[in-house]
Amino acid sequence: MTEVIERPTATDIGTVTVKGRRGGFVWRYPLVFLGATIVGLMAIAAFGAPWLGTVDPLALDPLRRLRPPDAVNWLGTDQFGRDIWSRVVYGARVSLIVGIAAAVLSIGIGLAIGLIAGYVRLLDSVAMRIMDGIMAIPGILLAIALVSLSGASTLTVVVAITIPEIPRVVRLVRAIVLSVREEPYVEAAIAAGTRLPLILLRHVLPNCIPPLIVQATYVCASAMLTEAILSFLGAGTPPEIPSWGNMMAEGRAFFPIAPRIVLFPGIALALTILAINVLGDGLRDRLDPRLAKRM
Amino acid sequence: MWAFIGQRVLATIPVMGIVAFVVFLLLRLSPGDPAAVIAGDYATAEQIERIRTQLGLNEPIHVQFFSWMGRIFRGDLGVSIFSNLPVTTLIAQRIEPTLMLALVTIVFSVVVAVPLGVIAAWKAGTWIDRGVMVFAVVGFSVPVFVLGYFLIYGFSLGLRWFPVQGYRSPFVDFGAFVQHITLPMLTLSAIYIALIARITRASVIEVLGEDYIRTARAKGQVERKVLLVHALRNAAVPIVTVIGLGIALLIGGVVVTESVYNIPGLGRLVVDAILKRDYPIIQGLILFFSFLYIMLNLIIDITYTLIDPRIRY
Repeated sequence: MTEVIERPTATDIGTVTVKGRRGGFVWRYPLVFLGATIVGLMAIAAFGAPWLGTVDPLALDPLRRLRPPDAVNWLGTDQFGRDIWSRVVYGARVSLIVGIAAAVLSIGIGLAIGLIAGYVRLLDSVAMRIMDGIMAIPGILLAIALVSLSGASTLTVVVAITIPEIPRVVRLVRAIVLSVREEPYVEAAIAAGTRLPLILLRHVLPNCIPPLIVQATYVCASAMLTEAILSFLGAGTPPEIPSWGNMMAEGRAFFPIAPRIVLFPGIALALTILAINVLGDGLRDRLDPRLAKRM
Repeated sequence: MWAFIGQRVLATIPVMGIVAFVVFLLLRLSPGDPAAVIAGDYATAEQIERIRTQLGLNEPIHVQFFSWMGRIFRGDLGVSIFSNLPVTTLIAQRIEPTLMLALVTIVFSVVVAVPLGVIAAWKAGTWIDRGVMVFAVVGFSVPVFVLGYFLIYGFSLGLRWFPVQGYRSPFVDFGAFVQHITLPMLTLSAIYIALIARITRASVIEVLGEDYIRTARAKGQVERKVLLVHALRNAAVPIVTVIGLGIALLIGGVVVTESVYNIPGLGRLVVDAILKRDYPIIQGLILFFSFLYIMLNLIIDITYTLIDPRIRY
């Protein structure tokens, strides 16, 4: 785990007080660098999939079924003769889309609800009880129910993954709002007659951003994981789009004779999630010292 | 203390109500005709109509809601569309493997993770600490089913120490039970161990900075007792909290682990229900697991007052 580094910081949650000096970024934040590098490689794989020595990930080749890795099929082929390397590289696309979309959506919606809940007393208790209720439902089961009812597509998967993630963002934002609204500079702004929307925008929002960036990385990792689990259980990305989860699901029956069909996408998934979590921990230590101290 | 416990019990009622409401809405808010979705692509009009009547979808929405709540209060979670068995009966049939897997996982995780966390905190900053923390990050990041397949690959297919799949009841053949449950337990406990070890380390480190620890050391208390009696007991509340919150992770993990190891438990029941779109089962199991989670966290909240006498509400 990342080290707990005590730094002199302002007392506000997440205020960035340590400005990076020139040079030495890699050495001062090796974890952020390592995580960012792997995430960057994955993004390159997702965008540049057609130019990375891949063939059509859906192309069947009945003559080359279940082949071990060789010069033609770098990671071998699956039970339909499809190229595993191509499928793993193209599979990065689904994970990337789902991860980013779920992070952006849940942070956006959670931020809006959290700001309102933190400032409007009347809505606060209602909104928070609903969030408690959603949080009590195991996220994967909720996502499974949502997908199985509305049919499997990338869009429904994103929506199904986003909904269980929202309550945590709302709680985070609301906690920040409640602490910031007691700050002298907010009092001063109110005394000076600043309007509420402007107070939220100028004083409250900037305090939310650093912890939300950290939260976004965790949501992203968790969304990719949930997508893979849904696809693995047969309730996620439809089979005509290669994703790491549905590759593992399809390869299961052949696991004893060709474990690589399952293991290669598994390694890609585990590495990506590890990298994002490490990146998130590194960012947390830098952006959110108070939280870093607690963990 | 009794007032607190009473208050805490009452506070779970609205949360359960909201859970029931959300689960109720799931079916009604989904795009399209839920009866048609459940019936599948090749259903005839009569079949769709039959499912609609069976689910009570022809009634006005508030009537539907109150009759649904009434049935939940009576412990009726609905009837499976395919097998026509009550969901509660299906749960009773399948609960043993899930319960056993969850129990051995929780016990194993706590027994491994708490000492790991305490040692890491005690040796904070050394390579032992780093090792534990690296394990915690990796354990938290490796997806349950990926780990499951790697363990099967290594221990079942490679070393042939354990059977690949299946479940045996401990009440029938205990030896076979241990053989079959070991890999699923290891698979499921990785994330849980990571979580608990991390929190244990953090809270013990915090407690070790307290004055009473210095006092205990100054009076010549042996280090083992300082750690176990003074530090761990005072660090217990966050550890117990995370054990409770982690049950949500465990429930998600059980569904996947049972699928990987072909264990005929509640997780398999959900997955089979998804494939057959047997919605009453999915709905009933979500309610069951959510209520279980709420109840377990209620029990944990109440045990705080027992482990930490400083907590008086």
